[in-house]
Amino acid sequence: MKFAKTHEWVKIENNVATVGITDYAQNEMGDIVYVDMPEVGRVVAIDEEVLELESVKAVAPVNSPVAGTVIEVNEELDKAPEMVNSDAYNAWLFKVEVTEESGELMSEEEYQNYLKTL
Amino acid sequence: MAQKTALYQIHEKLGGKIVEFAGWYLPVQYKNGILHEHSVVMQKAGLFDVSHMGEIFISGNNAQNALQKLVTNDISTMQNGWCRYCLMLYENGGIVDDLLVYKIDDNKYFLVVNASNADKDYEWICKNLQEGATAVNLSSQISQLALQGPLSHKIMEKLCNINELPVKNYRFTTKMKVAGYDCLVSTTGYTGEAGYEIYTANQSVAPLYELIMLAGEEYGLEPIGLGARDTLRFECCMTLYGHELTAEYKANEVGVGFAVKKGLGFIGEEALEEDAKYCRIGLKLIDKGIAREHYNLLNEQGEVVGITTSGMICPTVGGAYAMARVNKNCDLSNGVFVEVRGKKLKAEIVQMPFYKRINA
Repeated sequence: MKFAKTHEWVKIENNVATVGITDYAQNEMGDIVYVDMPEVGRVVAIDEEVLELESVKAVAPVNSPVAGTVIEVNEELDKAPEMVNSDAYNAWLFKVEVTEESGELMSEEEYQNYLKTL
Repeated sequence: MAQKTALYQIHEKLGGKIVEFAGWYLPVQYKNGILHEHSVVMQKAGLFDVSHMGEIFISGNNAQNALQKLVTNDISTMQNGWCRYCLMLYENGGIVDDLLVYKIDDNKYFLVVNASNADKDYEWICKNLQEGATAVNLSSQISQLALQGPLSHKIMEKLCNINELPVKNYRFTTKMKVAGYDCLVSTTGYTGEAGYEIYTANQSVAPLYELIMLAGEEYGLEPIGLGARDTLRFECCMTLYGHELTAEYKANEVGVGFAVKKGLGFIGEEALEEDAKYCRIGLKLIDKGIAREHYNLLNEQGEVVGITTSGMICPTVGGAYAMARVNKNCDLSNGVFVEVRGKKLKAEIVQMPFYKRINA
């Protein structure tokens, strides 16, 4: 698992990236009540805004740490968006068939150190 | 630089997530989150620090007339110990602020105003105050707590002489002891739930807060932040200055007609003789999504017919709702829509409040 500065996590297996937000991000946002999912089939660029998470208080964008095509969104979150709060690292948001990966992703240790600077 | 209330350290100790709001550092939520806090207030009781609110006293032998010149609701029919919701207007009918007037006696009134407007209000009041009355801004010396929820009465019973507690809504008692501290207590609030607002001196509020929390422990009392204060007031469609009410919106356009009376001679009254061009409506989203404040309201053809003033989910009734300012003459018979990030989401007009407690 790797991490973006904008608090997404990404796991790449067999050229498919699974993307979610970090526990730090869900905690900052508070109760998440809606995930405005992207269309499957959409082509996205690195760091492009792909969807919005809506908490009780605010709207926050989620960026794609990879370039490629959105091939799946987590439809379970439609009924239970609070799973992003309760289990951020399992509540994935979308999957992308990867054409290119961001060169700026961090390891978990690097991300933890990065959080200390915020 | 924002100010800290006298309870700042208590909020930190309780795990409050501190944000800046209206020039004050206040908790938006504590550890369990806004939705949890919302349901605690609906089902049990919650304690809010609302010390940021402004308090202005008007006194003098002409206080009643001087105050009536400034506010839109009828002051003359108030008895001592009554509270009344009012607006204060500019000459053009735009809204300076909304406020609660407390009548101590014919010669003394106590006004509770929004934190973000307190200085502006005080200036406006001083500038327009008639002879025979003086205004004093005591905002920096007074702290305020709100104890809200169905069990708040049980908690107050443990802390004060219940014979002194006001019973009916919008009543108050001055100089009563709560947990031994001198307080003014009113049956008012901003949650739609039963409850009390408690005013006391800054130096008393921290020990008072701790004693109320202790007394409320057996009833499940929890500290509540600004986030749930907003969802609670939204669900019962109470207006918020800067959202439903602004200097640009006239008092007869904002859906608080119950607080705007005719023939009282207040500043701005003449401007209200013209028919209102806008009104406030309640909306429920039919399409999936959330409408927040300042999103465009569209008719079926996609023309802008208004704007949302507040919008979020309603935790108790479920679903996404909004309040909106809409042109009175537009035709919404073919549907009403909210523009959310370029998407046109279908909504329906619904009654306000979105939620009303049974024994309100």
